[in-house]
Amino acid sequence: MTTSLIQISYLAAAVLFILGLRGLTAPDTARRGMNMAALGMLAAVVGTLMHHDIVRYEWILIGIVVGSAVGAAMAIFMPMTAMPQRIALSHAFGALAAALVGLAKYDIFMAEDTLGHARMGAIAFEVMFGSLTVTGSLMAFAKLQELMRGSPITFRGQNAMNISLFAVTFCLFLYLIYDPSQRELLYVVAGLSLAIGVLMVLPIGGADMPVVVSLLNSYAGLAASATGFAIDNNVLIIAGALDGASGFLLSILMSRAMNRSFANVIFGAFGTPQVTAGAKSSAGLTVRSITVEDAAIQMAYARLVIVVPGYGMAVAQAQHQVRELAEQVEKRGGEVKYAIHPVAGRMPGHMNVLLAEANIPYDKLLDMDEINSQFANADVALVIGANDVVNPAARNDKASPIYGMPILNVDAAKAVIVMKRSMNPGFAGIENELFYDEKTSLLFGDAKASLGKLVSEMKNV
Amino acid sequence: MDPYALLQIYIFVLAGFVGYQVITKVPALLHTPLMSATNAISGISLVGSIVVAGHDFSALATVMGFVAVTAATINVVGGFMITDRMLRMFRRKEKPSS
Repeated sequence: MTTSLIQISYLAAAVLFILGLRGLTAPDTARRGMNMAALGMLAAVVGTLMHHDIVRYEWILIGIVVGSAVGAAMAIFMPMTAMPQRIALSHAFGALAAALVGLAKYDIFMAEDTLGHARMGAIAFEVMFGSLTVTGSLMAFAKLQELMRGSPITFRGQNAMNISLFAVTFCLFLYLIYDPSQRELLYVVAGLSLAIGVLMVLPIGGADMPVVVSLLNSYAGLAASATGFAIDNNVLIIAGALDGASGFLLSILMSRAMNRSFANVIFGAFGTPQVTAGAKSSAGLTVRSITVEDAAIQMAYARLVIVVPGYGMAVAQAQHQVRELAEQVEKRGGEVKYAIHPVAGRMPGHMNVLLAEANIPYDKLLDMDEINSQFANADVALVIGANDVVNPAARNDKASPIYGMPILNVDAAKAVIVMKRSMNPGFAGIENELFYDEKTSLLFGDAKASLGKLVSEMKNV
Repeated sequence: MDPYALLQIYIFVLAGFVGYQVITKVPALLHTPLMSATNAISGISLVGSIVVAGHDFSALATVMGFVAVTAATINVVGGFMITDRMLRMFRRKEKPSS
């Protein structure tokens, strides 16, 4: 009887998860969808508590209480700008759970003598992918949080080393399926996978982080699915498949948006050794800098302003000031639109979330294909902390690491104002010739401060 | 091949297709909440962790289960809360009140 109840709760959970994700296809249905998914999760958890294998509840309850407190704290206290890091960290936790369940279940199955080859394969897969996602996600977290250098860390023979490490682990994985009794080997596989996770993310930096985070999302899902195969739990299989498909799809979308093949992003690291800035050097070129007062006048008389937000805006937490600026322009009868490049920021949709937080209506946030043709009509293109996504080298410079990536046609605008802290190159470390163009002026300073001053100046114009 | 295992593979493949179909319809606007939501959902491994933690099989298994429950709960609770926090912010242009 309880088994049927449990199975029904799992079925309900699976249905609610799918309906929940479907809600995410539009902002209006999104929250309701998520509530359904949460209900599904609750149903699955409550159902599981009735499982016949459970004899002690203390550890479960303590774990849930502690976990809820930490999870809630993370959700409430981490700022929106730290969103990518937070998601990476969350992947690490989820994957840790999957890996540990695999290791524990191995012992349990061995004792019950129910460890067949297929089940061993599922467990080994779960432990492997779980472990590498733990360290991979922690690495991504460290890079995004700037606890370590964001630029790619490469060394000679790195690709060869990574491939051999993976090959060895894979062989051990196969051997375990052949001979499930080798308990120590499972732990070796876990250890090697932890190393693979680190080494995999080490050479990846810059604009490629969104792809990595999506990919790790996918791996965490696959580990969850494998857990489902191992412990005969269908809702795990389904949820894992949903997560796996989603992460994988987003990674491919990101890579395509950068016009690089997926394999190139993960294994390419801009090619070894690190290519520096193509053929262009900035020696002898001057930039036009602009004062806040002059910029205010340009903005006040603009009929169409297109704002191009980038990671710099996120770092400066300037999204609210952007909205105030937009209000000033609109008060004078101008129009403001926002051009969101698919890989702007550190995560897919990063910029959208930040601008939404600033109460900017989401129908003004246009993606690259929708807005690229409109730059020619724009009186001012305001680039805030974005660099690679507006770098013409992607169009013109064959030697550039970003060559071929579709970019925003900011240079088609009548005037370009770029807000930057300094002349330092962006995350990918490449010079940007847009800055030296005659239509472009640079407004130096922290984006939040500059925007604040710009808004007050505009009130005086 | 064990017929049950084959059924599980069917489920996996079908779920993958459903996932693909649903997710391709999510607009770029909502990609970050999508990541966060799918992350929260993958915290369903909490279910496996609960059974291990409560099984009382061995000290090692119980410790691993406990850590797994804690980690998975962080994933689930944090994931759902943060997704909700993000989604709350997406607003249409307000109709101007006269």
